[in-house]
Amino acid sequence: MADDLTLLWRQYRFERRLFWRNPTAAFFNFLLPLIFLALFGAIVSGHRHELEIIVPGIAGMSVMSTTFTAMAYNLTFLREQGVLKRMRGTPLPSGIYLGGLALHAVTNAAIQLVIVVLAGRLVFGLGWPSDGVELVVFAVVGVVCFSSLGVALSHLIPNFEAAPAIVNAVFVPVILVSGVFFDVKNVPSFLRDIAQALPLVHLVNGLSGGLVAHHGGLSQHLTALLVLGVWAVGGVIVGVRGFSWDARRE
Amino acid sequence: MASTPAIEVRDLRKSYGEFEAVRGIEFTVTRGEIYGLLGPNGAGKTSTVEILEGYRERTSGTVSVLGHDPGERPVDLRRRVGIVLQSSGIYSQVRVAEVLRHFARFYPNPRAVDEVVELVGLGDKRDERARRLSGGQRRRLDLALALIGDPELIFLDEPTTGFDPAARRTAWDTIRSLKELGKTVLLTTHYLDEAQELADRVAIIKGGQILAEGSPAQLGVGESSRYRVAYLEGGEPVVTQTGDPTALLHELTSAALARGERLEGLSVTRPSLEEVYLELTADG
Repeated sequence: MADDLTLLWRQYRFERRLFWRNPTAAFFNFLLPLIFLALFGAIVSGHRHELEIIVPGIAGMSVMSTTFTAMAYNLTFLREQGVLKRMRGTPLPSGIYLGGLALHAVTNAAIQLVIVVLAGRLVFGLGWPSDGVELVVFAVVGVVCFSSLGVALSHLIPNFEAAPAIVNAVFVPVILVSGVFFDVKNVPSFLRDIAQALPLVHLVNGLSGGLVAHHGGLSQHLTALLVLGVWAVGGVIVGVRGFSWDARRE
Repeated sequence: MASTPAIEVRDLRKSYGEFEAVRGIEFTVTRGEIYGLLGPNGAGKTSTVEILEGYRERTSGTVSVLGHDPGERPVDLRRRVGIVLQSSGIYSQVRVAEVLRHFARFYPNPRAVDEVVELVGLGDKRDERARRLSGGQRRRLDLALALIGDPELIFLDEPTTGFDPAARRTAWDTIRSLKELGKTVLLTTHYLDEAQELADRVAIIKGGQILAEGSPAQLGVGESSRYRVAYLEGGEPVVTQTGDPTALLHELTSAALARGERLEGLSVTRPSLEEVYLELTADG
């Protein structure tokens, strides 16, 4: 057990070190949500209600992009490059290798959440998070849910060239219908129904409760937790069952 | 332990749907031997090797690698085996010595990083990032990563494909040095000269079956137990195949002496491994 933890820690450190060794990629990885935040923040600047929608929305989007998008991309890349297969041939337990990758993604999600919270406070004059417990609970559940869905999606991507198109075809519509940039109350009901079935809107609601809520708390968002939990279980099942260590052959 | 063979394969079969890629392959690799699997693309080499490496499940048959069933992927086996795949990527930002140090920690008794770097000839590239290495250098890094755990058995799948002639010679020297270290090597190749240079024994595979097995020299003689006797008659080349060159030569030379002629351009040759290979793997 102690040995496994040591191995996991080393693998995690290895991933982090290599991530920062490509500073351009790392920089733009963190810049994208900040660009969105700056743009939409400028548009609704001074309107507190809109800001309180945008900031949790961007926070939810950040969790999704650092876990779902990143895991789907990375796993496809590593699989097609043959890195997964190489690792599979070493004594390093598979679970520890994948755990290192997941922890790496989770760290990026945490960094982005901190950046978004700080920007909300320092740039847009929102308060500090109103409910730390709710914020952390939803961040954790959201990260697990979207990481597993990212692994699951990677199974559907046939080769790395197809990865950006497929990942964006999922990511962009989901963030648009899920109220990242506007209040879901103003959306046609059929779109709202679709959004309600998807996990992101529930993550945004939960994060919103933790960041800017004026009422309620965790108990107000049990349904949201349940939906995220169901998606997480589905993601884990598909992610584990369909896992391929080998590049697809024609 | 040392008496058990490194690899033992009995009636191995592997089907993909209707297609049977491996059809009853049997061979044994003894410890300390370089064993070559030679065959054209699609012959079933990769399926066979990947079953031995634990990447694929067999359909039937028995397989033992260092006394283990590789299908169960025991960690003890993965600690004692080094694998060089036909193509496998590495993190592009990682440095040579750095990734070797990282991989060394997966194994109970790794070799020293410096030693392995020198062995594969990457001494002056220790701090280079993987993406800056040439194709041949990256292949040597593949070999280094397979050797870092000080394995008893090494799988080499097409280790010199794409190398220039000088780089191939260097790689061959490295592979021979593995044998001197007492390692067992299972080499897959479609280069005949590579099998001839390196392997103690070779199995020629086609259509999922072993067509011939033996040392490169034996295969030349044994398989098509014929010698080729060639000479010139009236300026025209005559080539005769025979299983008994002594009798034929006696006949030819006696006749020539009786006529008071010389047998111009006389030669007696055995078919090379290449000829055996081409004959065995020819279509139809």
